[in-house]
Amino acid sequence: MKARVTVTLKNGVLDPQGKAIEGALKSFGIDGVGSVRQGKVFDIELSTDDRAQAETLLKAACEKLLANTVVENYRVEIV
Amino acid sequence: MKAAVVLFPGSNREGDAVRAIEMATGRKPQIVWHAETELPAGTDLVVLPGGFSYGDYLRCGAIAGRAAIMDAVRAHAARGGLVLGICNGFQILCEGGLLPGVLMRNKDLRFVCKMQHLRVERADTIFTRAYTKGEVIKVAIAHGEGNYEADEATIARIEGEGLVAFRYCDANGVVGGVANPNGSTNDIAGIYSEKRNVLGMMPHPENLIDPLVGGIDGAGLFKSLVAA
Repeated sequence: MKARVTVTLKNGVLDPQGKAIEGALKSFGIDGVGSVRQGKVFDIELSTDDRAQAETLLKAACEKLLANTVVENYRVEIV
Repeated sequence: MKAAVVLFPGSNREGDAVRAIEMATGRKPQIVWHAETELPAGTDLVVLPGGFSYGDYLRCGAIAGRAAIMDAVRAHAARGGLVLGICNGFQILCEGGLLPGVLMRNKDLRFVCKMQHLRVERADTIFTRAYTKGEVIKVAIAHGEGNYEADEATIARIEGEGLVAFRYCDANGVVGGVANPNGSTNDIAGIYSEKRNVLGMMPHPENLIDPLVGGIDGAGLFKSLVAA
């Protein structure tokens, strides 16, 4: 079983990297970019095939390490 | 004063921390490897030194903040033991749940490495009693992620309870504006835990203890600790 965890900054948290990327895109003449927020993606292979168990362990992984919930949100998808 | 300096893979300021503590206390601190589960018996002060633990992978201090030794450090702090986290050590304290908030990327995205003035916010703590309240000291900063952020309620609590240890300022002690090198909320350079036995700070007082390297304004912090 495989999973994808997406970690993004919460709204309102300053994202200087996203701002720099946004500025770069605009300077490259790519029109129509409103704003950019940068995040992280983790592709995780699981040794379990039990969906409920997978969800539990992924939530634990996010809460314990993958996301700093002071400033980040996370989303888990089992693929 | 018996001190222990924790060494993580990627720490690189442990030698500076050892030298500063030894100069102030006359006693060499013990280096403790991160995979240990106990601190040396009788440890009064734990120092988490600067550097780039785990290469700053994931988030600065994130992996080190969950290292085996950190359970012992948390227990030590809960007993009222002293903990000092400098630079990456401050990031580790935040990630490890010993201090609130988080150190984000510097506002202008640059790694800053320079001398910086700080205002000592209070001189009645175990870490700062060799200074005076409002004193301006000049120490080094060297970080890419020193932009202190926390939610509004946390900032209000830190300010309300007098938990700000140092703020970035100019040579005259004027806080804010261009004197803030990284965009840190309220110009915060360092904070205490609720009981003021844990201090996390981005600047490097341990590098300013010898006139040979440009000043001794950092020595006061280690002198303060000696009497402990």
